[in-house]
Amino acid sequence: MNWVSSNLDLVWELTLAHIALSVPPIVVGFLLSVPIGWIANRFRLTRGTILVVLGLLYTIPSLPLFIFMPLILGTPLLSSLNVSVALTIYAVALMVRTAADGLASVDKDVLQAASAMGYSGWQRFWRVELPLSGPVLLAGLRVVSASTVSLATIGSVVGVTSLGYLFINGFQRNIPAEVVSGIVAVLLIAVVFDLLLVLLGRVTLPWSRRERTGSPRSARQRTALLAGGVS
Amino acid sequence: MNLLLDGIAWILDPANQTGPSGWFARLGEQLAYTFGAVAIAALIAVPLGYLVGHTGRGRDIAVSLSGGFRALPSLGVLILLGLGLGIGFKAPLLTFVVLAVPPILAGAYAGFEAVDRRTIDAARAVGMTESQVIRKVEVPLGLPLLIGGLRSAVLQVVATATLAAYVSGGALGAFIFAGVATRDYAQTLGASILVTTLALVLEGIFALLQKLVVPRGVVAKELKDVRARSSRTRAVMGTPIREGK
Repeated sequence: MNWVSSNLDLVWELTLAHIALSVPPIVVGFLLSVPIGWIANRFRLTRGTILVVLGLLYTIPSLPLFIFMPLILGTPLLSSLNVSVALTIYAVALMVRTAADGLASVDKDVLQAASAMGYSGWQRFWRVELPLSGPVLLAGLRVVSASTVSLATIGSVVGVTSLGYLFINGFQRNIPAEVVSGIVAVLLIAVVFDLLLVLLGRVTLPWSRRERTGSPRSARQRTALLAGGVS
Repeated sequence: MNLLLDGIAWILDPANQTGPSGWFARLGEQLAYTFGAVAIAALIAVPLGYLVGHTGRGRDIAVSLSGGFRALPSLGVLILLGLGLGIGFKAPLLTFVVLAVPPILAGAYAGFEAVDRRTIDAARAVGMTESQVIRKVEVPLGLPLLIGGLRSAVLQVVATATLAAYVSGGALGAFIFAGVATRDYAQTLGASILVTTLALVLEGIFALLQKLVVPRGVVAKELKDVRARSSRTRAVMGTPIREGK
């Protein structure tokens, strides 16, 4: 605990850097995934291809991807953009399948009813499809958030500042307390993000709270939460 | 793109392939880490997952365990164990076991849970004993999900095994770190291409395996479901619909 109390400023500074590094990929990843998932569902031929190809992106190990990024983007080697874009790729790879499944889970009868009421395709998407697939999307977003926060630490291996710095520095100077505080700080950020997302769900999807836990829908969310992961 | 070609040239250069520090040997180490860790993790997680899935007890703990571990930073665990256990293969192996347990556990209990309760009731009704229900019904029907769990465990470990070189040398990550340290970009890229290819190949093998282990009866039902469409997929025009008559 001594190490933490004497280095509180450093930990706080790195925590802020870590948050700044991991929030944009989560948000951008979500904003990209929903339309891609919608397109994947809309055109039957594309569904398999899009989902498989994007899913494969998640199998690329993170350290090599961070190293490939400057070649693809033409950014400097130590730019934090390399890590942000790579994390966004992972977020999309994880999220698109959930987005496609969530949008596909909306009852076809409800969609037909909406069309029959005179909703245009655009209105139907915003007022019916998106809100109804909300709980599944939220479950996917929680997975993306946890995985992104944890993966951002590996950026410090290629010199991008995050809480991973505490691991590298703690290893070089042989201070286990520094490594432990890094792990705890990462877990804390992940828990806070998760709570914020749950809160966001409560506010934007007030009806989902009333659903009983044993319903098939909540079972589907659980399976979404169990989807595999790479680091 | 030139750098990418340099990386491929590095892979193809025979000088980098053979010997104890050639990439053939390093690739072997990467695979040994991966399958060693997944095998140990499976020995722990599969019985535990089956127990949770069969009895339904401890489900909440298993769910939060497999969900929460996703946020655990693997680099931090690796370094912490490296500081504790010293240089050698033990710290990386133990880290990878820790990483591999949650997905396998999730696959094992989700596989049992996904079995239709009526199927299990039917198995009991035809006189199967408890162990027969497990061996002949739950295990085969849950196998695709268990393989799915093993698949994500293998992928996670094969990717993270790259980091093993950071604490103890060895595996393909050794080239990546050496390349970064000496600014030998061809070496870094070559090794990165190898790791990525390895991950994609393993993913392909497991995807195939996951399809192959679906029991024949289940496949037959899936096929039937595709053919037997609902008779009312389109709106009926002109004739009134009489339901329930």
